[in-house]
Amino acid sequence: MTGPAGETVVETRDVVIVGAGPTGLAAAVRLKKLGIDDLVVLERETEAGGIPRHCGHTGFGLREFGRLMTGPAFARRAARDAEAAGVELRLGTAVTALAAGGTLDVATPQGPACLRARRVLLATGVRETPRPPRLVSGTRPWGVMTTGALQQLVYLKGLRPFARAVIVGSELVSFSAILTLRAGGMRPVAMIEPGARITARRPGDLVARYILGVPVLTETRLHAIHGGNRVEGVVVEDRHGHHRIDCDGVIFTGRFLPESAIMSRDVLDFDPGTGGPAVDQTWRCSDPAYYACGNLVHPVETAGRCYREGLAAAQAIAADLAGPCAPDAARVTVELDGALRYLCPQVVTLPAASAPRWRFNARAAREASGRLALLADNSALWSRHVHALPERRLTVPADALRGLMPQRLRLVLE
Amino acid sequence: MASPDTQVHSVAIIGGGVVGCAVLRRLALAGLAPVLLERGPDILGGASKGNSALLHTGFDAPPGSLELDCMRRGYRDYLEVRDELNLPLLETSALVVAWTAAQAARLPEIVERAHGNGISDVRPVSLEELFAREPALARTAAGAVLVPGEHVIDPWSAPLAYALQALANGAEIHRNCTVTGGRRVDGTWFLETTRGTIAAEVAINCAGLHGDLVEAICRGSPFAVTPRKGQFVVFDKPAARHLRCTVLAVPDARTKGVLLARTVFGNLLLGPTAEDQSDRERAEVDGAALAGLIARGQDIMPVLAGEQVTATFAGLRPATQHKDYVIEALPAERWITVGGIRSTGLTAALGIAEHVAGLYGAHFGPAEQRPEPVWVRVPNLCEERPRPYRSPDCGEIVCHCEWVTRDEIAAALSGPLPAGDLGGLRRRTRCMLGRCQGFFCAGRIAELTAGHFDPPLAQAGGNPS
Repeated sequence: MTGPAGETVVETRDVVIVGAGPTGLAAAVRLKKLGIDDLVVLERETEAGGIPRHCGHTGFGLREFGRLMTGPAFARRAARDAEAAGVELRLGTAVTALAAGGTLDVATPQGPACLRARRVLLATGVRETPRPPRLVSGTRPWGVMTTGALQQLVYLKGLRPFARAVIVGSELVSFSAILTLRAGGMRPVAMIEPGARITARRPGDLVARYILGVPVLTETRLHAIHGGNRVEGVVVEDRHGHHRIDCDGVIFTGRFLPESAIMSRDVLDFDPGTGGPAVDQTWRCSDPAYYACGNLVHPVETAGRCYREGLAAAQAIAADLAGPCAPDAARVTVELDGALRYLCPQVVTLPAASAPRWRFNARAAREASGRLALLADNSALWSRHVHALPERRLTVPADALRGLMPQRLRLVLE
Repeated sequence: MASPDTQVHSVAIIGGGVVGCAVLRRLALAGLAPVLLERGPDILGGASKGNSALLHTGFDAPPGSLELDCMRRGYRDYLEVRDELNLPLLETSALVVAWTAAQAARLPEIVERAHGNGISDVRPVSLEELFAREPALARTAAGAVLVPGEHVIDPWSAPLAYALQALANGAEIHRNCTVTGGRRVDGTWFLETTRGTIAAEVAINCAGLHGDLVEAICRGSPFAVTPRKGQFVVFDKPAARHLRCTVLAVPDARTKGVLLARTVFGNLLLGPTAEDQSDRERAEVDGAALAGLIARGQDIMPVLAGEQVTATFAGLRPATQHKDYVIEALPAERWITVGGIRSTGLTAALGIAEHVAGLYGAHFGPAEQRPEPVWVRVPNLCEERPRPYRSPDCGEIVCHCEWVTRDEIAAALSGPLPAGDLGGLRRRTRCMLGRCQGFFCAGRIAELTAGHFDPPLAQAGGNPS
């Protein structure tokens, strides 16, 4: 038997989890508790915990661990729990390719290897959209980075890459960028947001302005970055025209993208809305050997929410391994109308009974008010009036689907 | 003026782009112990840092030109030396695709010129064959010509290999060494630089974008450089599955048009634009131009609409008022001019070096290549061949987008020509050139490069938790 690049399979497991962030660690712990012992977690970083490792501020863990903790404390706790549960964790081990049926090529510090698993849980998470896809004009000096990069420099390495930075975006993570700058002794010069209001929940802008002392410039777009080797300033564009802001750093925040480039589009169906693998309500992918869960399938939710989802996915995988739940199940892809950016899960396996109390998680493409409705064969199963904002979760309960066998499912925002 | 004990080099080459590195190599292989003077903190910091990475056959070069001659020799020489230097070749072939009836009408003359240039395997292909070769291409294509010999190489490892082999064969490279002036005394050049005076019996101007300014040290420059900017978009690796051949445009009077090509690193490259500018230092990308380029790419290949952009960049090419390269020896001035090497420089570099060695031999002294040179193998960065991360005991992978190991980074920061800045490190290893642009590895890279770059990527003073 061979892997994606022709290597011989050297190891076979019941479950391989790819990624030791909140989702993967939670799933591993729960699988162990459910008696799935033949389990290994692969993590490409040299330390488990995922992105919370470098979110040096507080706001984590209240629901999962019963107390408010910093990101690094949350990451350490999740890793410690996995260790205590006897989870086998392989650090510095990167999956380089997937093949159909649950076969993985991996790069390890000792060299290449190939693993096969009855079920693979992909939990590789997200990263922020860096500068290039945003098509910002100007030169390409050092000093332009994402919040994640800044957090690593400051919180993991004790380094300070610049003195005064402009923050692009106003999502939750953008406020993390402000805190990170301040923690590292740098000054946030301005936060700029193209929309009329900030993307994060209010009163984030008031906190930024009056408590953190950062000017929040709404309806303002980053036009260009200037500098030679280092950033010397940016030009922003608002309704009055172009203005220069002097700074030596630019932080692109948010607009999270799934970390999914190694997942071959020939092996798994992808969802253009999320940019991650398409999954059903049990987090199962188009190839039944693969599951995908956490921010990989819905950019982006909090670490805590991913952790809880990892627990639920573990239940689904354990149930699946215990025996076929619905041999002749139908998979229906939910259609989306244009006002919606994405939906997760994108696919419903019918009859939909296997995951109790699950919900659809959707995002609007832009600010919109209207009736959000789940339609089965043109009759509304559920609807609610919503005021949708970008990056704000829209939740659609799926209870009404129980026992139904519709030919067609649609989610609309009218 | 140099002090009496100043070493007089036989040759000083001004400019460490791909052409300067190739000339340095060729003259080092002749035993001349040449010295290269580069203004930047690393080689390849000017025109050579941004190009389309194609190894051209010369099928569309001006007939009878020096450019064609150098391209053909450069192409042949690259294939000859690449195995010993461990340089990749992605054998893609190219298709020149017409998108209008008017362009299709010009395809026969492209074939005719190619045959005239000695590229006899160039032939028209039917639309059926075109779409069989490239199923993702837009169905609006109106005709095509196949150029079997057009391939793709690594635009940075090749000149790096030339420079490293030169060093191994007695050459010297001075970086951060801007030539500000010079004069000739008793047949010896005394070049004033930001790192003192360099004396040499012969000076060779390979200064690229600054070629006319450097030429003025010797004479009134017979050419003026007008930097021509080309902006490019790089798509993430999953996009490369849509394409096999390089897709070229039917050129117009001014440009070769927008091309779509795979890279040896496994990405998909789209570009360039063609815009004249006066700034020789900075090449800015322009958001609107990049958006236009992407729209053009989607016209060529509609599936690109679903693909992610990994990088954007702008390169400058040293265009001049002349159609051809300006390469000549000035025997009385003990000077060789190598100017106006445009976008074909990567292909032509080894051929240009051969031509320059010929001029040197004709006017200044023997320059035959010695029989048994020292060979240097550069690290492989190409996905088609085994990379270090796939080898036993590869250790830590630092950059997960481009699979760069800690050992590769350490190697690029040491040796006879260590990376001089972050750009140099990126070009040697590909670290931080991938889709995340440092989201996952910036901290580690800053840590690993501490003490190597001036200024450093980051100062101490963060807040480790």
